[in-house]
Amino acid sequence: MRNMPSMTTRFLPGLITLVSAVALWEIGVRLFQISPILLPSPSAVWVEFWKMPAFFLYNAGVTLVVTLAGFFLAAVFGILLAVVIVSSKTLERPVFSALVALNSVPKVALAPLFVVWMGIGPEPKIAIAVMLAIFAIVIDTVLGLRSVDPDMINLARVGRASAWQILTKVRLPCALPSIFAGLKVAISLALIGAIIGEFVGSSSGLGFAILTAQGQFDTPGLFVSLVLLIAMGSLLFNLMEGIERLSIPWHTSVRSH
Amino acid sequence: MLDQVKDSYIRVSGVDKRYGGSDASLVLQDINLDIRKGEFVSILGPSGCGKSTLLKCIAGLEDVSNGSVTTRGLMVDGPPEGLGMVFQRDMLLDWRTILENVLFTVELQGKVSAEMRARASAQLARFGLGGYENRRPWELSGGMRQRASICRALLTDPDILLMDEPFGALDAMTRDDLNVEVARISHEAHKTIIFITHSISEAVFLSDRVVILDRHPGRIVEILDIDLPRPRQLSVRETPKFGHYSSHIRQVFTKLGIFKNA
Repeated sequence: MRNMPSMTTRFLPGLITLVSAVALWEIGVRLFQISPILLPSPSAVWVEFWKMPAFFLYNAGVTLVVTLAGFFLAAVFGILLAVVIVSSKTLERPVFSALVALNSVPKVALAPLFVVWMGIGPEPKIAIAVMLAIFAIVIDTVLGLRSVDPDMINLARVGRASAWQILTKVRLPCALPSIFAGLKVAISLALIGAIIGEFVGSSSGLGFAILTAQGQFDTPGLFVSLVLLIAMGSLLFNLMEGIERLSIPWHTSVRSH
Repeated sequence: MLDQVKDSYIRVSGVDKRYGGSDASLVLQDINLDIRKGEFVSILGPSGCGKSTLLKCIAGLEDVSNGSVTTRGLMVDGPPEGLGMVFQRDMLLDWRTILENVLFTVELQGKVSAEMRARASAQLARFGLGGYENRRPWELSGGMRQRASICRALLTDPDILLMDEPFGALDAMTRDDLNVEVARISHEAHKTIIFITHSISEAVFLSDRVVILDRHPGRIVEILDIDLPRPRQLSVRETPKFGHYSSHIRQVFTKLGIFKNA
């Protein structure tokens, strides 16, 4: 903690990359006079956003809520499933097989079915976000729970720990670094799931905004949604990293930063 | 207490241990061992002789395939009460401070109190870790970490202490230092200690008796009484008697073909 880099050194490289990329984009579009139907310049995207900021922000908010709901459910059920898989030899195979089978189904193909089942409200989008995000969480949590040093468990057993104590005081804390690795992948996947859901049938959200813009050949409008998606994805990922740093300050991966 | 129980405070009788079904996976064969209350017994053998497995059977962490283990006259079926264990690696939990680590076992049993905390601090101070209560394990050296793990094992005041090659990963000087410490615990606190090691001089220095194991499968070759005065200082290692014990053990291992160039 004493050598924690200042905010400037932490965010400056990223900021420079971002500004350069946007500048290059702007210059390229102006230099080659590319039609805004194909590729609008950043300034055009900016202007487009300010034409109806409430519309874009509202839809971004809808997508954000779906993403977070899906991610949260995936985290809860993913970690629970992983605990079941690790704790029970009988349930391990069937649960794991079902999960692998489920993960092999292209989620895009399931989306229409979910809309038939659940309507065009947020539910089918959340369901797809969960399905996309849960696999990474289960795989990484199982890995973490299994990677505990056997003598760590033996130590707890000699102390006559209950199965619950071994889980909560040894296995889960040991698995936290792996769990966070899974959560960081899952948060991006949950966002993708939300967009897939919105593409298939919805009347709000950034996926809906993208489809609408496309239908009207409004490429700048489409780009506003895209930029908002990128911003949201990056923000969510960084948020997870922040939570990770706060949760496992003791782990080598965090300490060495 | 019955004299019989006192003489075989820990009794291992006719223990075989195999993994899977076939004889090829026989790890321990016909182990018979009676350990008196307050005795210090080292189990000495080359790697692969099953000495750690034997300790885990005694701790109730592994089932035996044949025979039985009793502690204080009671059949071992899962870890018994009043048992402390120190592992080869210190097994300190990184997310806990040193004090919280020392209190870990006490916490499992729901017995954390202000008095226990004070006892843990005092214990740490006695082991040269005073002032390190709120440090994290990764801030300590290997020797200090292993000291903390010994503090953890001793805090519940177990009368049986099992040590599974606790100093195998430490440098020679730290090791000497901790050997003196363990000899002191055994002498002052009258604990029954089983100590696993592959170091001949460590075994002779610490023990009342040294159990010599051969490998493939692990079996007892000889049990050697060590008649050296206590309390022992490191200088005891330069006495002729100490040399005699060491060379005897070395000869046993040479005969077994474990030392090829002795």
